[in-house]
Amino acid sequence: MGARIRIPPQWRVRSRVEKEWVVSEERSGANILVESLAKQGVEFVFGYPGGAVLPIYDALFGEERIRHILVRHEAGAAHAAEGYARSTGKPGVVLVTSGPGATNAMTGIADAFLDSIPLVVITGQVPTALIGSDAFQEADTVGISRHCTKHNYLVKDPADLAAVVDEAFQIATTGRPGPVLIDIPKDVQIAMAAWSDSPPQRRQRYAPRTQGASEEIEQAVEMIASARAPILYTGGGVINSGPKATALLRELQKRTGAPVTSTLMGLGAFPADHPDWLGMLGMHGTYEANMAMNQSDLIVCVGARFDDRVTGRLDAFAPNSKKIHIDIDRSSINKTVPVDLPVIGDCAQVLEQILDAWGDRKAQDLTGWKGRIDTWRERKSLSFPANADAIMPQLAIQRLFELTKDKDPIISTEVGQHQMWAAQHFHFFSPNKWLTSGGLGTMGYGLPAAIGAQLGNPDTLVIDVAGDASIQMNIQELGTATQYRLPVKIFILNNEWMGMVRQWQELTYESRYSNSYSDSLPDFVKLAEAYGWKGIRIANESELDAGIQAMMDYPGPVIVDCCVHNEANCFPMIPSGAAHTEMILYGDTVAGTMDDEAKALV
Amino acid sequence: MMHIKHEAEERHVLTVTVDNEAGILAKIAGLFTARGYNIDSLTVADITENHAVSRITIVTHGPPSQIDQIHAQLERLVPVHKVVDLTEAGPFVQRELALIKVAGMGEKRVEALRIADVFRAKPVDTSTSSFIFELTGAPDKIDTFVAIMRELGLVEVGRTGVVGMIRGAEEA
Repeated sequence: MGARIRIPPQWRVRSRVEKEWVVSEERSGANILVESLAKQGVEFVFGYPGGAVLPIYDALFGEERIRHILVRHEAGAAHAAEGYARSTGKPGVVLVTSGPGATNAMTGIADAFLDSIPLVVITGQVPTALIGSDAFQEADTVGISRHCTKHNYLVKDPADLAAVVDEAFQIATTGRPGPVLIDIPKDVQIAMAAWSDSPPQRRQRYAPRTQGASEEIEQAVEMIASARAPILYTGGGVINSGPKATALLRELQKRTGAPVTSTLMGLGAFPADHPDWLGMLGMHGTYEANMAMNQSDLIVCVGARFDDRVTGRLDAFAPNSKKIHIDIDRSSINKTVPVDLPVIGDCAQVLEQILDAWGDRKAQDLTGWKGRIDTWRERKSLSFPANADAIMPQLAIQRLFELTKDKDPIISTEVGQHQMWAAQHFHFFSPNKWLTSGGLGTMGYGLPAAIGAQLGNPDTLVIDVAGDASIQMNIQELGTATQYRLPVKIFILNNEWMGMVRQWQELTYESRYSNSYSDSLPDFVKLAEAYGWKGIRIANESELDAGIQAMMDYPGPVIVDCCVHNEANCFPMIPSGAAHTEMILYGDTVAGTMDDEAKALV
Repeated sequence: MMHIKHEAEERHVLTVTVDNEAGILAKIAGLFTARGYNIDSLTVADITENHAVSRITIVTHGPPSQIDQIHAQLERLVPVHKVVDLTEAGPFVQRELALIKVAGMGEKRVEALRIADVFRAKPVDTSTSSFIFELTGAPDKIDTFVAIMRELGLVEVGRTGVVGMIRGAEEA
């Protein structure tokens, strides 16, 4: 069978009969899949093997182009792929088995869906003939993932695989990015189909609009040029659009002079040391950002989506402003906030069009507007009281920032108070440095995301800022970092509480702390050592800088257990159901309850 | 005390052309449940010779902002080619087909047949004590017919749901 000639590796298949390299025009589904992934330039596959993906794992055996990263739980695989994608701008690839493999990965898929992260998720499925029979490790993966993927497929013929993989990558990475799932029954992985090295014929059915309409652009320029109190409200779309969008945003700001605020997802698109930077807006945003949104006469929303965490009470949101909304996803327009001018297109392209149309116009004199903003800045909304007995968590983040900023680190977070403190007190200057679960708010995101980011950025300092409760949600991934010698750092703000839950219970349920205490915490230093990591405990403020320095100096992975003030709250805060103008700052008296209307909001 | 508030709602007829692939109906129906939209009726059949494209007609109701979101969310699905809101797009024809079984004797039976004639409903099955009428028309015509038949011995109603198309020479 076949000619025994020397052929390049990408043409080789192992013949089951002769155990030799032979040229074949037919390949197994598993082989076609691996070949298609390699053609997409996939460097890493984050996965976990199991019965229904064994043929794919066999095809990956000895594969040199694709490195498989073995996680410890499928949730870790999805988040690691997210971290890789968010920090590199490339799609993340996940490979898990049927049933529990797929359902375990689902949280990460839903997370990627809400935060618009490009993922291609390959799931094994029971053989075609057994689908629907409640077979061992069978789950309706396509059904379960239908509403948390951008698109999904059940592949029933290996002849379709190459085209499906090609389209999946196109859908995941273009338009508004998102996760795409490919469910492959085991028999389809084994069955043979013709393989061609030429790219598959595209169906041309997915072609998102990327260019803004010229009359929209003209109108946008008019509106920006005549605004007396404009604000640029930017979001994750600027990051997703790529580094060019970041550069163009900075240019637009330069020409218009407008102050800039950003959502949680958009941090890093605009440099935090710029005089016109207002900080993050929203529930835990700065006073100046929220007041400027409220008092502006024009909001230019670039790649953000008026999320409930940003708007506060809708009927009081920016009552006197005109609104321009630039978004690639038409369904984001007018979803919660009606806008005056929607511009549907890719952030980078639309910003470029606006800049072209702007030409050498002169910006409005915004001195009066900036003067008002300065009075809001004077409230110093991020300040917090000093404490002689315990490390204030905000201070810990400030020191972490000061001591690591020269290394331009990548920061991932879990979800909760520590996440908001990191967003407030760590400052970002470039995109793809800030990895956090914004939309779904997934505790357990940060450690696997840091692992994915470290793989994609081997020479960068990657730190997961964590809480004592969140870190336990995917703690098993410590082993993954150990196995692949990844020097990720975990900086735990340990206050022995699910801090954000405790804070809400304090503010809205008269301090009835129902199940929010982190009882029976592990000794994080010993835990680190058990996994072959270094463990460092920081118990006093006097140890803070030295502890952070020791973390950075150690060449391998480190857990820092930073014991912080147990009852510090995250302020400023717009309480649930309140308007931007009703922020609570540190030192304000806070009522211990809320009415039912406010309690009913998320 | 908190109470749930309701907004004013409109009825809209949407047509959706889609790739005729496995799971597409579940995707669309599921989108409505997942986002809390209403489906009053939904019809689907393939409309091309090679069975590659299906046309779905959905009747929905909701506040205008929600109708706009339904339109946008449907367009977001990869297998969806085109969404037309017939109610927005201009005058349109809407028809549905109903089968209505009526049982009765004597005067009521005669009256049922007479009214069916007025509505141009066609008896497609008959026994000495019953009829099945086939009736095509706009939904309110069928509603009216069913209401009358209720007094004359209505047994069972089956309706297809609305199929709609924009008036005039142009494709929507």
